[in-house]
Amino acid sequence: MSRTGVFVCHCGTNISATVDVVKVAEEMKNQPGVVYTEDYKFMCSAPGQGKLKEIIEENKLDSVVIAACSPHMHEKTFRNASEAAGLNAFKVEMANIREQCSWVHPDKAEGTVKSLDLTKKMIEKVRNNEELEKITMPVTKRALIVGGGIAGIQAALDIAASGTEVVIVEKSSSLGGHMIQLSETFPTLDCSQCIMTPKMVEASLNPNIKIYTYAEVEALDGFVGNFRLRIRKKAKSVIEDECTGCGICIEKCPKKVPNPFEMGLGMTKSISVPFPQAVPNVPVIDRDSCIYYKTGKCRVCEKVCGPKCIDFEQKDEIIYEDVGAIVVATGYDTMPLDKFGEYGYGKFKDVIDGLTFERMASAAGYTAGEIQRPSDGKVPETVVFIQCVGSRDESKGVSYCSKICCMYSAKHTMLYRHKVHHGKAHVFYMDIRAGGKNYEEFVRRAIEEDGAQYHRGRVSRVYEREGKLIVKGADTISGKPLTIEADMVVLATAMTARKGADKLAQTLGISYDKYQFYSESHPKLRPVETNTAGIFLAGACQGPKDVPESVAQGSAAASKVLGLLSQETLQREPITAEVNEANCIACFDCLNICPYGAITSKEIKDRDGNLIKEVAEVNPGVCMGCGLCNAACRSKTIELRGFLDSQIFAEINSLAA
Amino acid sequence: MNIPYYPGCTLNTNAKDLQQCAEYSAQALGFSMVELTDWNCCGASLPLTDNSSMGYAGPANVLINAKEEGTKEGNEDKLTTLCAVCYNVLKRTNYAFNNDNNKLDTVNSLLETDYKGDTNVLHYLEVLRDEIGYDKVKEKVTTQLKGLKVAPYYGCFLLRPHNEVGLDDPYSPTIFEGLLETLGCEVVDFSHKGECCGSYSAMTNPENVANCSFGVVESAVAAGADIIATTCPLCQFNLDGNQVKQKSHFGDLDEMPIIYFTQLLSIALGKDINSISFDSNSISPLPLLKEKGFV
Repeated sequence: MSRTGVFVCHCGTNISATVDVVKVAEEMKNQPGVVYTEDYKFMCSAPGQGKLKEIIEENKLDSVVIAACSPHMHEKTFRNASEAAGLNAFKVEMANIREQCSWVHPDKAEGTVKSLDLTKKMIEKVRNNEELEKITMPVTKRALIVGGGIAGIQAALDIAASGTEVVIVEKSSSLGGHMIQLSETFPTLDCSQCIMTPKMVEASLNPNIKIYTYAEVEALDGFVGNFRLRIRKKAKSVIEDECTGCGICIEKCPKKVPNPFEMGLGMTKSISVPFPQAVPNVPVIDRDSCIYYKTGKCRVCEKVCGPKCIDFEQKDEIIYEDVGAIVVATGYDTMPLDKFGEYGYGKFKDVIDGLTFERMASAAGYTAGEIQRPSDGKVPETVVFIQCVGSRDESKGVSYCSKICCMYSAKHTMLYRHKVHHGKAHVFYMDIRAGGKNYEEFVRRAIEEDGAQYHRGRVSRVYEREGKLIVKGADTISGKPLTIEADMVVLATAMTARKGADKLAQTLGISYDKYQFYSESHPKLRPVETNTAGIFLAGACQGPKDVPESVAQGSAAASKVLGLLSQETLQREPITAEVNEANCIACFDCLNICPYGAITSKEIKDRDGNLIKEVAEVNPGVCMGCGLCNAACRSKTIELRGFLDSQIFAEINSLAA
Repeated sequence: MNIPYYPGCTLNTNAKDLQQCAEYSAQALGFSMVELTDWNCCGASLPLTDNSSMGYAGPANVLINAKEEGTKEGNEDKLTTLCAVCYNVLKRTNYAFNNDNNKLDTVNSLLETDYKGDTNVLHYLEVLRDEIGYDKVKEKVTTQLKGLKVAPYYGCFLLRPHNEVGLDDPYSPTIFEGLLETLGCEVVDFSHKGECCGSYSAMTNPENVANCSFGVVESAVAAGADIIATTCPLCQFNLDGNQVKQKSHFGDLDEMPIIYFTQLLSIALGKDINSISFDSNSISPLPLLKEKGFV
């Protein structure tokens, strides 16, 4: 017979007000296998833990049930204390009589009955618990960052500062992300390029940082501490190591194409770098527009290239990287505007989105910082900025607030007024959300010093009349409809998850919300962790964020990575699925249902190498112990250690008795 | 093809002009509109403005009758309307039934029916485009309306709310333009094609209606239109009547005739203009049509 001890916590009056804790402790004495019971005011307190240790030792307990709060709160506390007294940590269970009983039931008599049941149940379970040992795994002391924007670069620099090797995988041909596209940044109006390029250069010069641009993560294998990533380095058609970045190929290329970096307004060439300070400063041939790839003729770039590094035959390269931790920092996209016909985007050239305005206002942009309307290049005398285009719009857009638009619209009005002194800037807003250090002051400055006119209300229509854009809206403060004749309209488009974010999430085995933003493990207490061990988040891939927040998250993710990689080996809970190979019928429902890719098929062969059967195999490093395979298994082959069927049925039986 | 037809309250009375030409055109195109033997007012837009299910009983009754008559021998399993408001109300009723079982159950138990929200409601324009086909219409056109600059005015009921009515894109619709092009007209794009004419405010706030109507007519004039074509009796009434009744609002703006789309259609399909009634018009389109040589 086992020797179980039961400890019933009062939790001050949290539990004792609605549960007769003394009675619970008394009655548990009668349970089979229970040799000791006690009620105590605060079991989690230092004296409470001390008492637990003492009693385990004195009474030679082989298992313990603590009837107290949720195991989320203090399971670790009590397991550690019991371990110190020589007990196996997995012979300690908690009966949750607080969150699942005293807090939700007002009646003390009923609460007591339920607490009796809950505690009895755990006594039966713990009696069937096995002594489990923690799983120990090695750690590869390298990290990989997906995405080379500000969040990814910050994470890379912070990790590299410790001497740890970092790999950055960036989809486009240069580091920089969206931040390098911005003109100035709020709330200080410092030039985005001026503060971004030093970071990019620092990353490229750091010997601990390896950068793959024009590359994407294709597959992930392994588990925390031991990941292997397959990376596709797309063909640049330029031999990177030999290119000097002289730019003659770009100059001589005869094919002009709209520049995506300039939001399609400026022109670039088929062979190009996205912007002059690109890191690495290696041009890429856009095979979709290049004359040679279309007609088989041209090859001008090849002729003019000094170091002869144009390679038309170059193929995509597949690279494998082994790392111990991954930071996902893939950033955001802006919402497509085809559903917002009322603003005439796409129909009228002078209706532009915020990023286009950034490029227009940028000193390095296609207008060299001149504010010119796209239709005729004239300086607009009146500009209307419309906020919340798609944000906070459940019917056509998304329900969330994109968070940055209030600030950047205020910034836009300032940039506009600083360049066009006599210009009039109007802003239509729903609410001004300027919650950040010096943010509210910044918006007030736009209004009070730079004369932006703010109208609280929505715009119903934008249409063209005699070269002007007529903006019809409401001013809900004066309660009147409002018509403004504008020369240009700037839409503050909602921030959305990156196109294809879902696919990357599936590749990496991390979860995402209905908007395809990546899900953090806990919204408050684990903001940069994912639910997949060893994979962390930084920046706007997790939700709308501004630059300071992205940087902070980049650093936070870096510190999490360093914490993980500082360990020589990793220990983790042994609550993993286990296959009984003798019973497995090889239906592989478990393999299909496993959200973490922890299950594979294993061949069992005889001595001569003949295949006997196939069975499911669980990689305990990857398994998160969710139990889905356990529930799906039709032959009762897979069981979850710590939650065996025998344990669960013992619990249920105790309730029926 | 016999397609059940719901005239609503206006088409047999104030908007006879719209209906007569629709019937003529239907015949010319080889189908007939079979008026429902039993119908009632759809309730116009008013019943749908509150949350109770009762407002749906009227339009539901129409939809149910259509379902019955539509399954009769020789009839199509569809229902067509000419009035934009009726179309709007019927479509939104079906939408409500398809998205809220409570509403459907309430109305079914009230009417002692077993309606499923599945009567296929088509606007006359949809019949022309999807059932007949604009290419077929084109074949039957005898008088090309060449040189006539027409502003296709949708108003709001045909297009909004988009997810419930779903006739066409609310900001860049094409169905009306497509028909006018088929008839040989020069289609004029104008900014107010989907703006409201003022609608029922005609009863309570004529000033407002005058302002709304002015916006529509003025934008069509500015876009260079000769004439505005409309699908809706109320739009015709407001846009046309206000130019005369509220002259001060319109200042020195040139008068612009407002014609029903079926009137243009039947002219193109060979109906003698002298046999077309323009009783609804305060501003007759005849001088313009004469000038363009269609009379």
